Amino acid sequence: MPQPITATNDFVVKFANVNGSGSASANGLFAKSIMRMGVPIASRNIFPSNIQGLPTWFEVRVSEAGHMGRRGGVDMMVAMNPQTWDRDVAEIEPGGYLFYDSTRPMPKSRFRDDITVIGVPLTEITNAAYSDPRQRQLFKNIVYLGALSALLDMEVEAVQQSIAAQFKGKEKLIPANFAALEMGRDWAQQNLACPIGLRLKRADAVGDRIFVDGNQAAALGAVYGGATVCAWYPITPSTSLAEAFEKHCGRLRKDPETGAKRYAIVQAEDELASIGMVVGAAWNGARAFTATSGPGVSLMQEFLGLAYFAEIPAVLFDVQRAGPSTGMPTRTQQSDVLSAAYASHGDTKHVLLFPEDPNECFAFGADAFDLADRLQTPIFVMLDLDIGMNDWLCAPFAWDPDRRMDRGKVLTAADLEMVAGFGRYRDVDGDGIPYRTWPGTHPEKGAFFTRGTSRDREARYTEDGGPYVDNMQRLLKKLRTARSLVPRPIATPAKEKARDGVIFYGSTSAAMREALAALDAQGIHLDAMRIRAFPFHDDVAEFIAAHDRVFVVEQNRDAQLRTLLINEEEIDPARLVPVLHYDGTPITARFIRAAIADRASTANVLPFRKATP
Amino acid sequence: MSYLPKPKLHHPKLPTNAIGLTRRDYEGAISTLCAGCGHDSISAAIIQACFNLSLPPHRIAKLSGIGCSSKTPTYFLGAAHGFNSVHGRMPSVLTGAYLANRELIYLGVSGDGDSASIGFGQFAHSIRRGVNMTYIVENNGVYGLTKGQFSATSDLGSVAKKGAVNTDQPIDLAAIAVQLGATFVARSFSGDKEQLVPLIEAALLHEGAAFLDVISPCVAFNNHPGSTKSYDYVREHNDALNRLDVMLPRQEITASYAPGEVTEVTQHDGSVLRLRKLHADHDPTDRASAMHQIMERKAAGEILTGLIYVDPNPTALHEHLGTIPAPLNALGDAELCPGVEALDRINASLR
Ligand SMILES: Cc1ncc(C[n+]2csc(CCOP(=O)(O)OP(=O)(O)O)c2C)c(N)n1
Ligand code: SF4
Ligand SMILES: [Mg+2]
Repeated sequence: MPQPITATNDFVVKFANVNGSGSASANGLFAKSIMRMGVPIASRNIFPSNIQGLPTWFEVRVSEAGHMGRRGGVDMMVAMNPQTWDRDVAEIEPGGYLFYDSTRPMPKSRFRDDITVIGVPLTEITNAAYSDPRQRQLFKNIVYLGALSALLDMEVEAVQQSIAAQFKGKEKLIPANFAALEMGRDWAQQNLACPIGLRLKRADAVGDRIFVDGNQAAALGAVYGGATVCAWYPITPSTSLAEAFEKHCGRLRKDPETGAKRYAIVQAEDELASIGMVVGAAWNGARAFTATSGPGVSLMQEFLGLAYFAEIPAVLFDVQRAGPSTGMPTRTQQSDVLSAAYASHGDTKHVLLFPEDPNECFAFGADAFDLADRLQTPIFVMLDLDIGMNDWLCAPFAWDPDRRMDRGKVLTAADLEMVAGFGRYRDVDGDGIPYRTWPGTHPEKGAFFTRGTSRDREARYTEDGGPYVDNMQRLLKKLRTARSLVPRPIATPAKEKARDGVIFYGSTSAAMREALAALDAQGIHLDAMRIRAFPFHDDVAEFIAAHDRVFVVEQNRDAQLRTLLINEEEIDPARLVPVLHYDGTPITARFIRAAIADRASTANVLPFRKATP
Repeated sequence: MSYLPKPKLHHPKLPTNAIGLTRRDYEGAISTLCAGCGHDSISAAIIQACFNLSLPPHRIAKLSGIGCSSKTPTYFLGAAHGFNSVHGRMPSVLTGAYLANRELIYLGVSGDGDSASIGFGQFAHSIRRGVNMTYIVENNGVYGLTKGQFSATSDLGSVAKKGAVNTDQPIDLAAIAVQLGATFVARSFSGDKEQLVPLIEAALLHEGAAFLDVISPCVAFNNHPGSTKSYDYVREHNDALNRLDVMLPRQEITASYAPGEVTEVTQHDGSVLRLRKLHADHDPTDRASAMHQIMERKAAGEILTGLIYVDPNPTALHEHLGTIPAPLNALGDAELCPGVEALDRINASLR
């Protein structure tokens, strides 16, 4: 047997549970208690498209160094689901630990001899202590939390504080939970060699960071960004974004005197209606958004062309999941990049923002509304299930108190009195962005007809080729303007001069950073660029031009961002090497490192000999 | 180019309404529809109704889908913003617009293809939500713009211009609107201005989801013998339930009628709908009776027109949602952005 793994504040624990068994709250307590000890964690739910009965997993990565991506591999498996036992046991690293309910004996063949097996008779303990079946089930989760706290040397106070925080408002429930916690702790301390090789130690590495999921954060961004209309249709993994908007608005957006709402949320009949309402509301001067996922974006295509062509601001939060079709609806991917960038028929291009974590979900969630108004076009905020539905430890939300909404080029009644003439689609300022008016502004001036058919600069219907081309060219110019308004890419140079580069975006970022550090330690140096928006900033083409090869790391099969780079920046495909992870699980640092090391080593090892004179 | 601006020359003797506008101030660009198209008569009726009610044209938002019928908003109310959206989706765009600003008057114009086929879902949901709007379907029983295919309102047995006979059941949008909870449902005929203008007026004054099914013959593709939406057929089978006079709030009521001859319904805004009964003893505020009237007349092979149903005290989507009385699009940073302190509290709660 290999040496049992020993690690302090740097390991991965995975819980295998049954959906609907109440384990989620105990697992959450486990995660939060570690953070209370000042130790950062990254946790991820892996759940099925099901309400009760199917397997779920919860992975907690403990990382004092602050790595927020998935590492890959499991050091301790808390195997609470007999259905998935074999694959769960197989996933443990050699030298790792298996924690299980030993009430019913297991044949030796179901274990492995290169891991440490820790049995705790959870069912026996809870059956002895409780008679109500529901209590037995719920407290079993707290009992294993207690046993784990002893095994991993957690501060019991930290766990107790987490329990107290969780039951705030329902204080009656606290003593019973404390008792169950003690039961598990006592049993482990009396019967097992505590602590094991995996240990927690108080640290000071969490700082002022917050722990929140991207959907909550994006919804809060929409509140701060001034959104007043939300129209949506339920679809995982975006549902909790619309629900969070409702929750935030309920607290933050009611008239303090009357309780009346300064927002309107409509659960539409489908995604066509959702985006139609957003377009109508934005046309009429409200900040409006929808939240959806790939199948919804597919349904919205026709309207997106209208919004692009008629130049109507709209904000879409696309929380991506694994496609095509219903695909793996509860698994993550970055696979809507192309369908969002080129949504609709005819020649279209849309603005996409790629937040890397909930902090940026908030920031971009608010910025999207300014961009939409400024550019008068749809803006996609491209989340994915990994950022959207998992709690991430990230920098706290920040807001500049002097910031004001940028409503873009909107003429008021007073403006209309002053200007010599108004033409809805005239490029007055040379940036491709025309002026608009809202309905009802002025009795005689500024009215125009909005349509998806071609029109001239004065918004008059025409099927003449000249004005059509003129308009299509102006739309391109507007997109050119967008390049300098969207979040700029962030470049991180390698420690030593590098011939290769790497491009990545969105939820890949955390794992990528960790992989970069590991590659660097291995002697593989890469300049890195995190893309934060499409259309691409000029920096992107320059970055690619400055390197022999650039790896493009993505979570989809077809290298969609790479395609976009090749197509939009006219880059030789041979220079962009795809690194693709698309099995529905979040990409890991190990995967990226291995994939790049494989290919990079050939280049690095290449003898680079000068001809000797 | 098919946009034909109309010269704005005011005849000094043109009559003006209460806000000093002439009927011409309610017109739009010159129509490019076929001469004799029923849709043009509906545009004229809309112009007349808005003039009669002295509505400020720029406070009306006119929205439509795609089709000959959906083109018509260009041909009336030139001072109003218009939105010619996508096929069958006017209701969602209108709903969004209404959410943004509850103070404008929303006029949705659609066709039978637009509302009964591709947009049937949006038609239904906008009505059941109680969007405060006037929703007019210009119903010709065909797809005019794509040249004469049957639409979902074509009657069973109706013959197409090229001879095909419709074998599918028709959708009666008025009946469905009654069932869906529309708080105002009427049917009329583009060729009957006397009936149509007051119905549009009443719908515009109605503070809830008002639906009007207006039979509007397509002279190019559905005005031949064998069609049940031709001028001749509709004139022969038009069974008017009532005749409507709309009395604005505070307007003096002059004409007098014998008891039992008229029904008066006072709408929420104070306007009085005076209905002169022409037919069965129908209480227009009784939804079940409204449904019965439609079904019975249909069975008799007649087309029921008039004010079929009205709820004098409707509620609308904004009331259902509990939104503030002010338009949402008028709110500024102070009302919308919760600020730094609130954010600090949120950050603290996430630690
Ligand atoms: C998505 C889509 N499908 C098809 C069409 C083609 N199309 C344009 S108008 C129309 C039918 C219009 O019929 P109706 O609403 O009855 O209007 P009418 O022309 O009869 O007034 C169709 C099918 C379209 N514009 N968009
Ligand atoms: S085709 Fe029919 S509906 Fe269209 S304009 Fe001509 S008459 Fe009217
Ligand atoms: Mg039609």
